[in-house]
Amino acid sequence: MKDKKSEIVVSDLTMAYGDFVVMRDLNFTINQGDIFIIMGGSGCGKSTLLKHMIGLKKPAKGKIFYGDKSLWDSDEAEMNEMMRGFGILYQSGALWSSMTLEENVALPLRQYTSLKARQIRNQVSLKLALVGLAGFESFYPAEISGGMRKRAGLARALALDPKLLFFDEPSAGLDPESARRLDDLILQLRDSLNTTVVVVTHELASIFAIGNNCVFLDPVSRTMIATGHPGKLLEESKDIRVQRFLRRGEVENLGWAGSEGSQST
Amino acid sequence: MSEAAIEFSSPADNSLIVRLLGDWSLEGEAPPVGEIVEKVRDSSAAEVSFDTSQLQSWDSSLLAYIIELENQLQPSSTALDFTGLPAGVQQLYSLSKEVPKKEDAERGKTTPPFLERIGNDTLHFLNSAQELLSFIGEVTLPVWRFCCGRVIFRWGDFGAFLQETGVYAVPIVSLISFLFGVILAFVGIMQLKLFGAQVYVADLVGIATVRIMGAVMTGIIMAGRTGAAFAAQLGTMVVNEEIDALKTLGISPVEFLVLPRMIALTMMMPLLTLFANLMGVIGGGVVAVGVYDINTVVYFSRVSEAVSVNDLFIGLFSGTTFGVLISLAGCLRGLECGRDASAVGDATTSAVVTSIVAIIVDTAIIIIACSILGI
Repeated sequence: MKDKKSEIVVSDLTMAYGDFVVMRDLNFTINQGDIFIIMGGSGCGKSTLLKHMIGLKKPAKGKIFYGDKSLWDSDEAEMNEMMRGFGILYQSGALWSSMTLEENVALPLRQYTSLKARQIRNQVSLKLALVGLAGFESFYPAEISGGMRKRAGLARALALDPKLLFFDEPSAGLDPESARRLDDLILQLRDSLNTTVVVVTHELASIFAIGNNCVFLDPVSRTMIATGHPGKLLEESKDIRVQRFLRRGEVENLGWAGSEGSQST
Repeated sequence: MSEAAIEFSSPADNSLIVRLLGDWSLEGEAPPVGEIVEKVRDSSAAEVSFDTSQLQSWDSSLLAYIIELENQLQPSSTALDFTGLPAGVQQLYSLSKEVPKKEDAERGKTTPPFLERIGNDTLHFLNSAQELLSFIGEVTLPVWRFCCGRVIFRWGDFGAFLQETGVYAVPIVSLISFLFGVILAFVGIMQLKLFGAQVYVADLVGIATVRIMGAVMTGIIMAGRTGAAFAAQLGTMVVNEEIDALKTLGISPVEFLVLPRMIALTMMMPLLTLFANLMGVIGGGVVAVGVYDINTVVYFSRVSEAVSVNDLFIGLFSGTTFGVLISLAGCLRGLECGRDASAVGDATTSAVVTSIVAIIVDTAIIIIACSILGI
């Protein structure tokens, strides 16, 4: 499929906290149906980039386009409209702790659809079952484990069947099997609903299992240094920093890896 | 456990062997590094090596000792031979040196000059005044929507807040107002006795409590009790990213979280103020009747003569405005909270202080307005 519709275009984005520039000159495109990985070492600003894309933090410079509308140049009503189409899974789930799982997943439905109470309850049970939490409707977030909270957060992100899903470190804190199940779920969502998924992660297993496009952020040079399919980057990238990341530091097998600081994408 | 000790020996002219003896542990005392440095200087040794054949046991205190020694000997460029040290120490030493120290990661604590600090604080103050005004604006529109019945919050939450801020506050408000009445009566009667005018204590306690102090006492108690609670609740939600989750779902945190709290507290404050008034008068009565033998009927009839309906309404109005101020301050500080645990503490403290300052300013305004209007 050559001509995939571009869903999100990030153009000349610079992120800063006051005078401190986190990342500059970010340019990449996410196509519809992509599973797009945002990766890089710790502290490079992956979660910050996500916050900029979902409308929580204003860019210091640059634009983020959804379709042909710039997110940060739209007025509040338009922005809210665009943000409603996002499903976001926060790092620790960010469930509302004073509400049960059922109420958490039901809130977006109550807010934005005109479904009756019974239909809402059915949707909620469905979404919780999809993430493997069937039967936990009346539990409070504090009463379930961290991994379960993450899954409940995912169920809530899926509540309105969003076209765009954003995951902030989804496998952090999950055991390998649960992480694998989560990966499978992400692939299913993309295959059956054609959802576009943006994942912030540094779990190599997930990156290679599900990613088909990525951007690599480097904390030292404070900009992006690679994009493309992670598998292809692994085979073809001549940038030692990318290879060190993708190979967990074991770069001895690369023929050319003797030269420190060789730079090309 | 034998004590950690060092001994020196010099096999050749420019080399020094440091023998380490005993148990080197974090709980024990190690000889000062300076001893070795001095010995090196005195014997002008170019190389230092170690003999650990009589070393009983070691832990990271030995490792830190060696690193400290290396740092202190660096200026004199004395060579250090680590091969005599236990293998574990050598490996850990290499590991600690593997990732080079990040040079610019140290944030020096530089205090900016005094004038700069004043400038920064002023800008900060202006900023927070602006934020307060914009917050008040953000809250006003949903209030209007509430009156038209078109607002979105959970009525279950609202009911819980009514109970929490109203019913559960009655005991503490009653207690403190009662105490206030007692103190005022005691202090008042002591002076009034000099003129034989003890019976006027009823007027004193009645007017003071009903017109101003019932409301102010209630306000201050609720600032500490409820203003802090609101700030802590919302602050913790900020830390847990729950507010972000609301925002990205397009639900206004102000409408969903602040409004039910504000309306609940505002509704309950006049009722609590009434309670405070009653308990204050009763407290004064207990002192007047119990201690100074004023007739009960005389006391209460004097109170009802002295206190006018005006006083009552001014007191209730004050209480209501205090409710608005306390909830606004608590919720604002909570939503502005930083992202760590100590930030929640700061937010709570700031909420209480802001509430109390607002109450005092509001009281002053009301008193001035009343005297201008002649009420």
